[in-house]
This record gives sequence, structure tokens and C-alpha cells, in this order.
Amino acid sequence: MDVIILQLLNGLDKGGAYALIALGLTLIFGTLGVVNFAHGALFMLGAFCAVTFNKLLSLEIVTTDPTKTTAWGTPLEIRTPYIEAYLGDFGHWVLNYSVPFSILLAIPVMLLFGFIMERGLIKHFYNRAHADQILVTFGLAIVLQEIIKSIFGANPIPQAAPDAVRGAADIGAALGMDPGVIVYPYWRMVYLAFAGAVVAAVFAFLQFTTFGMVVRAGMADRHTVGLLGINIERRFTIVFAIAAVVAGLAGVMYTPILPPDYHMGMDFLVLSFVVVVVGGMGSLPGAVAAGFLLGILQSFASMNEIKAILPGIDQIIIYLVAVVILLVRPRGLMGRKGVMEN
Amino acid sequence: MSFFRKPLNRRSILRAGALGGAALATPTIFTSRAWSAGYLNEPTGAEVVLGFNVPQTGAYADEGADELRAYQLAVKHLNGEGDGGLLNTFSSKELQGNGVNGKKVAFVTGDTQTKSDAARASAKRMIEKDGAVMITGGSSSGVAIAVQSLCQEAGVIFMAGLTHSNDTTGKDKRKNGFRHFFNTEMSGAALAPVLKNAYGTDRKAYHLTADYTWGWSQEESIKKYTEGMGWETAAAVRTPLGAGDFSQYITPVLNSGADVLVLNHYGKDMVNSLTQAVQFGLRDKQVNGKEFVIVVPLYSRLMAQGAGDNVKGIFGSTNWHWSLQDEGSKAFVKSFGQEYGFPPSQAAHTCYVQTLLYADAAQRAGTFDPCAIAAALEGFEFDGMGNGPTLYRAADHQCFKDVLVVKGKENPTSQFDLLEVVEITPRSQVEYPAEMLGGELGACNNGA
Repeated sequence: MDVIILQLLNGLDKGGAYALIALGLTLIFGTLGVVNFAHGALFMLGAFCAVTFNKLLSLEIVTTDPTKTTAWGTPLEIRTPYIEAYLGDFGHWVLNYSVPFSILLAIPVMLLFGFIMERGLIKHFYNRAHADQILVTFGLAIVLQEIIKSIFGANPIPQAAPDAVRGAADIGAALGMDPGVIVYPYWRMVYLAFAGAVVAAVFAFLQFTTFGMVVRAGMADRHTVGLLGINIERRFTIVFAIAAVVAGLAGVMYTPILPPDYHMGMDFLVLSFVVVVVGGMGSLPGAVAAGFLLGILQSFASMNEIKAILPGIDQIIIYLVAVVILLVRPRGLMGRKGVMEN
Repeated sequence: MSFFRKPLNRRSILRAGALGGAALATPTIFTSRAWSAGYLNEPTGAEVVLGFNVPQTGAYADEGADELRAYQLAVKHLNGEGDGGLLNTFSSKELQGNGVNGKKVAFVTGDTQTKSDAARASAKRMIEKDGAVMITGGSSSGVAIAVQSLCQEAGVIFMAGLTHSNDTTGKDKRKNGFRHFFNTEMSGAALAPVLKNAYGTDRKAYHLTADYTWGWSQEESIKKYTEGMGWETAAAVRTPLGAGDFSQYITPVLNSGADVLVLNHYGKDMVNSLTQAVQFGLRDKQVNGKEFVIVVPLYSRLMAQGAGDNVKGIFGSTNWHWSLQDEGSKAFVKSFGQEYGFPPSQAAHTCYVQTLLYADAAQRAGTFDPCAIAAALEGFEFDGMGNGPTLYRAADHQCFKDVLVVKGKENPTSQFDLLEVVEITPRSQVEYPAEMLGGELGACNNGA
């Protein structure tokens, strides 16, 4: 029982990341009809917003101690972050919370990047074949990766969660089980709650605001909305930027779980596309449901008991489930008729 | 008057086309200057070219960059520039800082991308197009084994860089290939006594293993030595290379009854699995009345930087560390630190040493003929390179030297001061019979 609860929790936080990336992907596809292979790179850019913010906060005053030397004979450098030197304990507190605070940097950066990307590149491919869209966005993803690698290097850069949520909670003990049986990191719980909040915010925005209503109308019938005198193009540009922000925030908050490196977006991209296809192209609830479903299935497939019966199942479970779902429901779990069928 | 003895017709054009096509289709290795001499790529000018094949892109690009720095430094020292580095402490005094065999050392570089096919392609290019007499480098056992095999077929020497699998000088060893770096067998032999002293003999270990040649090799070696001292293996689970999130593999450890987690991971996988294992509270856990511990059998400083605070107190092994206080290590750290502003990694050290060992063997042999160089390296005993007295064993082309057991430092004084050497395991304790790991060296190939 404890193993099942643990794998369920694992699947939920993994599913949270898949759902957030897939949500942005399907939002872009549903509004603009663009297959965006650079979406994983947006997740990676968000993560590097957290790295950049931390590096900015960690800028150091470098002094040398002439009485001590390094192993290679130069005077020993003493480094103190400016923020700690000038703000003392408050500076230390800000540095400790650099990951959640970096959301403040990530939102404008990702909004701006999403806007520039859509206006500068994507809009020129609206009426081109999906293959062209895939090629250009995949190329962009590679360019972004290489830029990040040239600036930050290829090694993962660790980002610590704040001290208050470091460590793990003994969920088993709270449920009346033996202590230490179900232990789960606090930050993963924070991530799960964060993913839920972002998904809820996006849905509320689309459901309960006039802007969201127009976007939904545009997704259903772009031409008619245009005939009503509404500049749907401009709204779709904003939707693209919002999707970039969602992917970026998912990346920011994921950094204490997975030390970011330049390739992390690609690792999530393929799985997120499978999530979108399983959920149904263009379906927002489908993307979220499929994200959690596939995350949970992937976790269960990694259990030793299951791998003993079906070796290697953890590697193929997602694709196997995708095949089965597409055979039974060719439009995915919640796909709409007519999407990508012409 | 005509320039043609015979008028052109359809047949002569076809014949000429076929001959031209055949000439163009011939691999350049058969048409290069290699075949003008007694062995492949015999240098005829004032320079001799070495090929440095390192990951310049991909997951090990940072390690590759450090290797390349070390190679460039070695070339400088061989050509008499800089402070001479390890040439000053090396027990062999054949090299005088005036090149090798009277020729200035030049180099070309290739990008392995940590992929076997890309690494073979770049090595092939350096041999065929650039005339490299020796190929060296690599940050992965899979790549090293693939390139070693290519060098054997082509007829040049391969001086392996960072490769830790037993197979490189075991079942996949080649007469033209040489490894200075240690292997998983030595890691197991060095680490086990330290683990026994620190954690006792009544332990249950759970292995998470990268699912490729190096991971299997390390799991086998660590199991062999830990089981030999009384530890039980609770489970050994294979994880896909580059899994990213290891949580689904770590959570079963919690209730497995194991009190030790052995992470047979390297590079990014090690950074991620260790970080996540610590997040799941494994380091603070008590099992069977004992403190739960994590072991990382192969450490590198660059990986430790990626894992941050999570490495504190965790044991592992390493080929070399910049904090060593012997004359060779101090000389290398000084040269490298003054050149680049930070200390070298173990990958940089092994690559630098391999270059000097190759150059010394060529100088002693008086030629760049790979078979003469192989003979000069076989059974060569040396000192002053930072690892104590070392033997290049003739039977398998593996270097035997002291092995370092290290531990993540509790109170680092700088971003480089992450590991402390807790034991220098003497060479005699990590030696094993050459036939134990299988394989055949075969015959030397000089490409002629």
C-alpha cells in the first residue's frame, strides 16, 4: 500500500510538469494551429531565469587575502555576496528564497520572449505546412539550447529550495502508518500545488474573462470572430505569450527537483507531445488529464514488482498507452472533431 | 594537331569515368601520405600531429573543455613553452621541452559529442585528413571502446582519456590502446575496506545503475567487493541513461529494507539521482537501527559542483585530486591554475599525463611507429605524475597505481574544494590478474 501511495505521489508531481508544458502546447495549437517544437526550450528558459536570478543575487564582492595563497600560487580570493554584505540577514533570506522570487523575473521575460517569438517568427508560418512549423520551431529550440550552453556551460546547475521547504515530510506517520514508510519531499508538494494553481488560473482566465471568451470563440471559429470586427490575431499573440509564461513558470519551480541544464527542455518535449496527442489535440482539459495520467502510469511502471514481470516496461509505457488510446479513441481522450484531420 | 592520341568516343569516356569514379570512391586512408612510408601517418615535415578527440558539445562538454585545456597545456610543455609542468617531476628525463623526436608537436581536435558514431567519425577524420599519429580523449567508456577499436583497425595509438569501465582494458582491450585512468575493479577494491571501516559489515545495499557498459561494470565490481566483506545486495535496478527524474526509482528504496544506496551513475545522472535521493530524506533516514548512507563509487569534481551540498559526507573513489601534496600533483596544479585560474579536474589530469606518456614513449623509441611506441609503453614503470609509482602493465595496457578514496567535504572553503581525500589505497591492493577481465590484445597494427 505504501509503495502504491508513494508512486502515486511521484506520478502526480511528474504529471504536474507534463500537464503544465502540455497545457501551453495545446493552447498554442488550439489558437494558432502551430505545432511548437520550441516549447520544451521555453520550459528550459524559465529554469534558467531562476539560475540567472540566483546568479544576480549572488554577485560577489571579491577581495584578496595576501596572507594566503591558492594551490597555484595566486592570492586567495574571499567572496561575499553584495546582498548579504549590504542587507545582512534580510539579504540572506532573499537569497534563500531565490527560486520562488525568480518568478518575478520569469513572468516579464517569458511574456516578452513569447511576444517576440510569435511576432518575429511564428506568424510567418501560420499558413505553412505543419512540417515547416516543426522544422523552424525545432531549429529555434536548438539555437536557444546552444545559446544557454555557451553562457552557462553544459553541467547541471543546482538550485536549492528555501530552507523552510527543504527535506521531506513523513506522510506515513501523519496517516497513522509506521514512521518513515511514506516520505515525500516538501518541495515536490509545493510543485504539485503550484501546478494545480497555474492550471486553475489558466482555466479561470479563459472561462471567466471577456478576453478568454473571445479566445475560446476564436478557437472554435476564427473566421467568424474576425468578421465581428475583433482583432483575434492580437489576442492570439497574447495567448502565445501566456503559454510561454506557463512553460517558463513550470521550469522555474522545477529547478530544485532537477538541476537545470541546457538540454532539460528536450527531455520533456517529446513526452509532452505524447501528452497532447493522448489528451486530444487542442483540448486543454485533455492535456491536463493526460499529463497526470501518463505521469502516474510511468511511475507505476517503474516499480520493481512490475519490472520483474515486464522488463523495460518503464521505458515504453507512455508510448504503449498512447497507441492503445489512439486505437480506441483516435482523437485522444478529449479531442474535438476536425482538428488536424484535413 | 590534336591533343588526343585517339578521338574521344563513348567507350573511352565510359572507361575514364569508371576509373575516375573508382579513384574517388577509394577511402582516403589508402591514398593519404600514410602509404608513402613504413607506418601510417609517418611525419615527414617539421611537425608531428596529435588528435585530441573530446566532447565539445553534449552532456560532457564541460569535462571535454577541461580535457582540451590539459591537452593544450601538455603540447605547450612538450614544445618548451610555459613552466614545463610535469616534465620537471616525471621520472623519465627523455623529453627536453624541444618537441618529440626533433619535431614540434601540433594538434587537431575533434568533437565526440559523447556518441560512439560521432567520436569514430571525428577520429577517422583526424587520422585520414589531418595525419594524426595518435588519438586521445573521451569522457565515456562506450566512446573510448569504439574509438580504440577504430584506432586498432587504422593503425594508430589510442591513449584513452576518462573511461572507467573494466571492458576498456578487459574484454575490449586492443594492442594499440592504452589506459592511464583506473577502472571499476580498482574502485571496488579501494572503496570496500573504507566502507567496511565506516559502516561495518552488516549492511544491505540497493544499487541504482546506469543501463550501459560502464554502469554494469561498476555494479558488478562494487557488488563483488561489498558482498565479499559481508554486505547483502537488496536489489540492483537498472535506470535509463539520462532519466532526469529518478524519483520513481528512489522511492522503492525507502521500504526495501536496504540501509545503503549505491549510485552507479556518472555525470548528469549522478547529479540528478543524488540530489533527488537527498531530497527524499535518504541521508537522514534510520534503517535497521543504522544510519542510512549513500555511496557514489566514481566521483569527479565537476559532478560534485553540480550536486552542490548533497555530496557532503558521501564516499566515492577518484583517479586523482588537485589537493594531493606530492611534487607531481603540486607542479600540475600550479601550471594549470596559473594558465586557467582554477584547478584541474581528474579528467584533465589523466589526459595531460597520457599525452606526456605517449611523447616520452615516442622519444624513447626514437620513432612514431605505433608498434615501437606500444612496445616502449608496455611494462613501463614511472613516477612523478601525481599518482605515485605507476606501471603500464604489458598484458592488458592498464596503468596500475594508487587509488584515491574521497568523501564530500563538510565545510568547503571554495567552489573547488568539494572533496577530501580520506585514503590513498596502495597499488598492491588494487592489482588483479590480467586474465581476470578477459579479452585479447591481439597484434599491433601500424597501418602499413
